[in-house]
Amino acid sequence: MGILEVKGINKRFGGLQALGDVNLSVQENTVHAIIGPNGAGKSTLLNVLVGKLIPDSGSVMFDGKSVLGLKPFEITQMGISRVFQTPEIFINLTVMENVLIPCFAKRDGAYRLHALESFASEKDMIEQAEKMLEEVNMLDKRHMIASSMSRGDKRRLEMAMCLVQEPRLLLLDEPTAGMARADTENTIQLLKDIRTQRGITMAIIEHDMNVVFSLADRITVLAQGMPLVEDTPDKIKNHPKVREAYLGEAQV
Amino acid sequence: MLGLNSHDLKMFIVIAILTLAAPILLNPFPDASALGESFNAGYPALMQRFVIFGILVIGFNLLFGLTGYLSFGHAAFLGIGSYAAVWMFKLLSYNIVPAILLSVIVAGLVSVVIGYVSLRRSGIYFSILTLAFAQMMYAIAYSDLLGRMFGITVTNGETGLQVYNDDPQILMSAGDPTVPHLFGITMNGSSTWNVGGWSFIFQNGYYLSAIFMIAAFYLSIRIFRSPFGLMLRAIKSNQTRMHYTGLNTKPYMLAAFVISGMYAGLAGGLLSAMDPLTGAERMFWTASGEIVVMSILGGVGTLIGPVLGAGLIKYLENIVSKINDGILHNWFAFMPDWLDNLLVTIIHPFIGKGWHLTLGLLFMAVVIFLPGGLVEGGQRIGRLFRRKKSTDAANGATKPAE
Repeated sequence: MGILEVKGINKRFGGLQALGDVNLSVQENTVHAIIGPNGAGKSTLLNVLVGKLIPDSGSVMFDGKSVLGLKPFEITQMGISRVFQTPEIFINLTVMENVLIPCFAKRDGAYRLHALESFASEKDMIEQAEKMLEEVNMLDKRHMIASSMSRGDKRRLEMAMCLVQEPRLLLLDEPTAGMARADTENTIQLLKDIRTQRGITMAIIEHDMNVVFSLADRITVLAQGMPLVEDTPDKIKNHPKVREAYLGEAQV
Repeated sequence: MLGLNSHDLKMFIVIAILTLAAPILLNPFPDASALGESFNAGYPALMQRFVIFGILVIGFNLLFGLTGYLSFGHAAFLGIGSYAAVWMFKLLSYNIVPAILLSVIVAGLVSVVIGYVSLRRSGIYFSILTLAFAQMMYAIAYSDLLGRMFGITVTNGETGLQVYNDDPQILMSAGDPTVPHLFGITMNGSSTWNVGGWSFIFQNGYYLSAIFMIAAFYLSIRIFRSPFGLMLRAIKSNQTRMHYTGLNTKPYMLAAFVISGMYAGLAGGLLSAMDPLTGAERMFWTASGEIVVMSILGGVGTLIGPVLGAGLIKYLENIVSKINDGILHNWFAFMPDWLDNLLVTIIHPFIGKGWHLTLGLLFMAVVIFLPGGLVEGGQRIGRLFRRKKSTDAANGATKPAE
């Protein structure tokens, strides 16, 4: 039984079958990649997992509990964090504030109206945030406004914001899309470190096969909303159906 | 001290001193002088408006400045607060304590309802919803719809609500003042200090309102600097990330909206305490618009901006609208007649009833040249001075340039 169990998900947009009977089982402490050509339904699947879309049928169980019908913030509180294709951070706030907010969310739950408290009495939160920033080598940038950072730094900050909450499952939506090669290598290294140091389970949607094959333990291939095959990276590489549907055109 | 950092504490102390010394500071010219008659603002009726509208805009800024949600119906809460206070005068007594308490509570309750509905949408839709609510409230108050429904007086329609001799006033005893008072200290009571050509008026009502404003300002600094304030700024910055950080933005927004509505209720209650009558025009959409203008003029999202904006607009409204052609002719009396007449003709549309024109020009200038409002203007001047100082230091070669 995986930490995330997706069974028989169907989602239709008008006449378009975006997802057809998709099953997915993500085992704890593994990196599970979801690949597929454009329009295969990867992003739709991800949006179902985080509560942004409600599927027409099927079930999504996280840690034995159904997440269907829950709002994104409730699902996040259960321990699923999401990294976006374009980093979603608080661009008007400082790096430190960006990391403090998830610290509060983790400790206080979905809301707490601490309107008259001051940060002076929140030393443990500040310590926690500083420790996280140190781990991603951003402590020296803690007073910078987030919008003034490079894209790679924004990605790292977003990752830090997710990690500080110690999620049980990290969903990554094309974390290296549009990145330069050096940044991509850094991100792969960062994800590998996260995995070895923290043992966080990850589900990753990615186009870059280099990223996928250097990270994933298992790979699910989607094509036109249908799961084509699910297997280990080595088997996927040589799978004739996959080559035909996807890898062939990517020239790997 | 007071749970503020040193920068905030300095700003708070400066504001407190300025507010408390306003009766002196705002009367820089001798009373009888031409300049004094035109530009002195240190009289109680105007100073009350400075601080009361200061409270209103400080509260508005907690919503608009922190979360970016532009309420275009905030005057509704001001009006509700005013009506609630006058009703307390009518039913209980002229003591302002129950009046102000009720005005804050009622405004808070109504803002829970309006906020709950309006906050289902964001951006322009939120603004329109709040505007619609405020205009409905205005219509209800102006026609006394509630009163007609139950066959009683609630808002007294276009006449406005005021206290009559046959009102119950059940807590009133024989010797009580017949004007709003705080345990016997009447709001319109004052003491005057005559010195040279000046006479400074220290009015009880002004000082009560001023203390409320200082407290309101203090509270707003605390909220700005609290984790709650951080959450509100985060909502303004990126709601998607808020949701995917496990935060429910709704309670935060509603809390900000209600706090802001209660500030407006307090301001309304104080307006009634200064002058125990109120009318529906206090809730009209132009009144809501004025709050937005004050906020933007002063500097949205800054602590001190709203107070400056409210002060400037109320000053212009009273001072510019008081100037007439006769006064202008007096000023220009030393000029040749043709120049005098020409200047008066040019300036004429901008004074008296035309003060809105002056305000419009000023607003345009601020929005175009100082998008951060008066606060940005102050910061630029501050930087100019600092730069000068640092170049001086560099020239002296005592310190390496930064």
